[in-house]
Amino acid sequence: MSNRLNVLKTCKLYIGGKFSRSESEHYFQALDKKQKPLANLCRGSRKDLRNAIQAARKAQAGWAGRTAYNRGQILYRMAEMLEGRRDQFVAELENAAVTRRRAESEVELAIDRLVHYAGWTDKYPALFSSVNPVASPHFNFSIPEPTGVVGIVAPDDNALIGLVSLIAPVIAGGNTCVVVSSEKHGSIACTLAEVIHSSDVPGGVVNVLTGFRAELVSHLAGHMDVNSVLSAANDPEQKKIIQENAHLNVKRVHFYDATDWMKEQAQSPYYIMDFQEIKTTWHPVGT
Amino acid sequence: MMIPDFKQTVPVDQIGVEERVARFRTRSIKKESKLFALKLALQMVDLTTLEGMDSPGKVRQLCYKAMYPHAADPNIPMVAAICVYPNRVRLAAEILKGSGIHVASVATSFPSGMGTLESRIEEVKYAVDEGADEIDMVISRWAFLKGEYNYVFDEIATFKEACGPAHLKVILETGELETYENVRKASDIAIYAGADFIKTSTGKISPAATMPVTLVMLYAIRDYYLRTGNKVGMKPAGGIRDAKTALHYLVMVKETLGAGWLTPDLFRFGASSLANDLLMQIIKQKTGQYQSPDYFSIG
Amino acid sequence: MSEKELTTHQNLHFDELWAYDPAPESPDYVSIEPQYQLFIDGTFQKPESGRYIDTVNPSNEKVLAQVAEAGKKDVDKAVTAARKAYEGVWSKLPAKERGKYLFRIARLLQERAREFAIVESMDSGKPIRESRDIDIPQVIAHFFYHAGWADKLEYAFPGVRPKPHGVAGQIIPWNFPLLMAAWKIAPALAAGNTVVIKPAETTPLTALKLAELIRDAGLPPGVVNIITGAGQTGVDIVNHPGIDKLAFTGSTEVGKIIQKAVAGTDKKYTLELGGKAANIIFDDAPVEQAVEGIVNGIFFNQGHVCCAGSRLLVQEGVAEELVYKLKLRMETLIVGDPLDKNTDIGAINSKVQLDRILGFLTEGVEGDQKIYQTKCNLPEKGYWCQPTLVENVSQSHRIVQEEVFGPVLTIQTFRTPDEAVNLANNSPYGLSGGIWTDKGSKIFNVGKRIRAGVVWANTFNKFDPTSPFGGYKESGMGREGGIHGLLPYLELS
Repeated sequence: MSNRLNVLKTCKLYIGGKFSRSESEHYFQALDKKQKPLANLCRGSRKDLRNAIQAARKAQAGWAGRTAYNRGQILYRMAEMLEGRRDQFVAELENAAVTRRRAESEVELAIDRLVHYAGWTDKYPALFSSVNPVASPHFNFSIPEPTGVVGIVAPDDNALIGLVSLIAPVIAGGNTCVVVSSEKHGSIACTLAEVIHSSDVPGGVVNVLTGFRAELVSHLAGHMDVNSVLSAANDPEQKKIIQENAHLNVKRVHFYDATDWMKEQAQSPYYIMDFQEIKTTWHPVGT
Repeated sequence: MMIPDFKQTVPVDQIGVEERVARFRTRSIKKESKLFALKLALQMVDLTTLEGMDSPGKVRQLCYKAMYPHAADPNIPMVAAICVYPNRVRLAAEILKGSGIHVASVATSFPSGMGTLESRIEEVKYAVDEGADEIDMVISRWAFLKGEYNYVFDEIATFKEACGPAHLKVILETGELETYENVRKASDIAIYAGADFIKTSTGKISPAATMPVTLVMLYAIRDYYLRTGNKVGMKPAGGIRDAKTALHYLVMVKETLGAGWLTPDLFRFGASSLANDLLMQIIKQKTGQYQSPDYFSIG
Repeated sequence: MSEKELTTHQNLHFDELWAYDPAPESPDYVSIEPQYQLFIDGTFQKPESGRYIDTVNPSNEKVLAQVAEAGKKDVDKAVTAARKAYEGVWSKLPAKERGKYLFRIARLLQERAREFAIVESMDSGKPIRESRDIDIPQVIAHFFYHAGWADKLEYAFPGVRPKPHGVAGQIIPWNFPLLMAAWKIAPALAAGNTVVIKPAETTPLTALKLAELIRDAGLPPGVVNIITGAGQTGVDIVNHPGIDKLAFTGSTEVGKIIQKAVAGTDKKYTLELGGKAANIIFDDAPVEQAVEGIVNGIFFNQGHVCCAGSRLLVQEGVAEELVYKLKLRMETLIVGDPLDKNTDIGAINSKVQLDRILGFLTEGVEGDQKIYQTKCNLPEKGYWCQPTLVENVSQSHRIVQEEVFGPVLTIQTFRTPDEAVNLANNSPYGLSGGIWTDKGSKIFNVGKRIRAGVVWANTFNKFDPTSPFGGYKESGMGREGGIHGLLPYLELS
């Protein structure tokens, strides 16, 4: 046994491309699967949430304005970075929740899922656009555009693959997001934020909060500058709160409750399309 | 007066113009307003014959038709003018003398305009000397399409001078200009060069007059009026054969330029068969019976 | 035209010398029953509620007919009928047969087009020119278009299996009564759903005529149920547990209430809500056509159009000429009898709406704002509003921010494309927008930056069944028309 003392990581919020402590300076303790203390996590506050949403809004136009090719490369870069930290994630997952075998396959699938969506960025618009044969002398076409700022409420199981499966299609489509991570697996979310941070993802595109979901989701769903909320938390009460608050500014709400993210098929461009708006343009055809 | 830079294009959206015209066509003209418009349209007709086979006899017939459009009803007004080739002007002027009907002559190497400038000027002077009080000239489309706008401007100004007291109608031959933006540009050139009227077509090229082309020309006339206070006339010519179409044109003139242009002094139809259809519709309005061409003299 | 040149402006007079005589479409041709019942399960049934509402011709304030007001029990009967029809007949029918019913409806509508147009104009106040040339032809086109989709749905959504939701509850507004019914019913049926639909209480007649036509077309009973009523009937539809999918077109205010009401349920919903579209005119625009587009954008259907171009944004260099020409054009607009073929602007749909519009013109306007109205004479009876411009407004005025839903256009100027985009997007709405410029690349740039579901470039207020329509932000969610309009009526698995 070495006498060397391990250096523990301080888990922080990830807002606007920076790691910071909660402005409230409140924290909570995350437990491992044996219910032993795993890490101290920031207990993100309403103000942290607001800051994250502001960061996401600020980054949105720029991210949407990147070429599809560039967004694809950045998602692929995320996969590369995740691959590089493969062992770390396997260890963290095993420690926090699951068997080693299961942790290994989850990390592998998460990497592959990022690769999958990396390849969609420059293809889904072609698939879901249309040239519409209107009965008048006009050229008429419809294209998908990102909805804007998406609030993501992470699931409690599938700590890594669940998170990746929610974030990837949202940002592949040019949206930015604010993630309220699972209380149980906040530390995995923190580590994923490090991957994102080192992957050329512009600051503010993905913002990750840890904290108590019940304290945050109603504000997330009620915030007037969030365009859409995606929740996989599968909590009937919170679902109702999300939907009720969503009406304030007609947010698009999506619940992915029953999806088994460990399935190979739990990925498709239709997940991207849930966070797209169709814009139709008309122009006369004349000389 | 500031002459616009003709190199600059006034944007015109084709589909928008055609949609506007479709709206005019939905106007439903009934009863008294219809009879008024039919009579007005008849008074705006330039009764036209422009054929190589126009003998003195043919022109004589046309002149009498102009003066007595429908002998059965003496209350029916006369047409505005007859329009002939220069070598028939003297005859027409003699017959129409004192009638108030204008004698219009095409000139300037109608319809192509491809004569020498000198010969074209001479033709104008000849027609005026013979008694024409209106000259329908053609522009050099080749020069216009080549972008030599000053050439076109100058030739029009030259012919205007050659006209003396006669009114100048400038035929753009819009069927050859193809785009509405060209029509607009040619209209502006003609107007600023001194045209009294701008006219769509020779009638020798298809398409001849259309409502969208005419609308673009009306817009040019309107802009000039709003800038200068001067009124330029409009003459669609060729292809206007029935009363219904003529009424649509009048609707368009009324709703674009207003009542001020609803006069033969500022609006003409260049047509041959239109007059009789207007007459048939006028008689129908008066009697309630649909009419047969057998009861209307041909020109 | 420069400012200096404009000082020589001459007046144009449009009404002197030659005015058009009345050219009314005769209403004798159509029959309107004194009382209409609820169309449930293929038959017309008296309402359990026992209540009836008057529907009024807004151009003369005369009662046209009484229509039943569906109560909670009636809604339940309709939903039950729709469920039974879905499970028993409609979901078992081969897709191509579904399509054939829709084709048949389209054809029957074509045969009776003029009758529908006349009734639409009488009940809603919209000019016959529009109901005849736009509304009813679009209705027919919508049924025809969606008929063809019924047996081709799997081609629309690659890689997944589309399935209908079941029973669709649909609530539609009074501005395009029959057209909105078609926008709702046609895709729902094509996708394999059955329908309970409620037309607006001020404009129920063409939907009830459609019910007769649907019955005559032999559509299986219960596949389409058309129930009339007011707000409470709508609430009962929204809250009915037997509804799988809701589709609503109407105000953002009510849309939000619906979104809140379905919280905690698994109901799917789409909303097509209000708008406050900017119509942006750049100084290189085709001016005369832009004027036409502005007129079409705000005075079409008395401005009762969610996607109306109600905010005119004009680049400073062309503002004076454009507004002058717009005023000239407005002088030629004929306001009056909706059944007259020459009428451009008909009656305001209801007293309530008229008061709302006039409220904006009194309370909404203060300071140095200028109201310009045309000199047209308005009939004595009925609800009327002259075409109106409000000049000298700024972004902070209420009339610039809120949806007026009437023939009222606000005018603001801008200097640069960025400023225009910022003004256009400075709104919770995002339904539509207009761009007028001769420069193609500017259209793509500005068009991309406008946060709205429909962008009309060098045109405005164009609709087609093949073309998806719907909003960003508070203008709603989901699309109607085109491939994208099928999606709300399908579950993908």
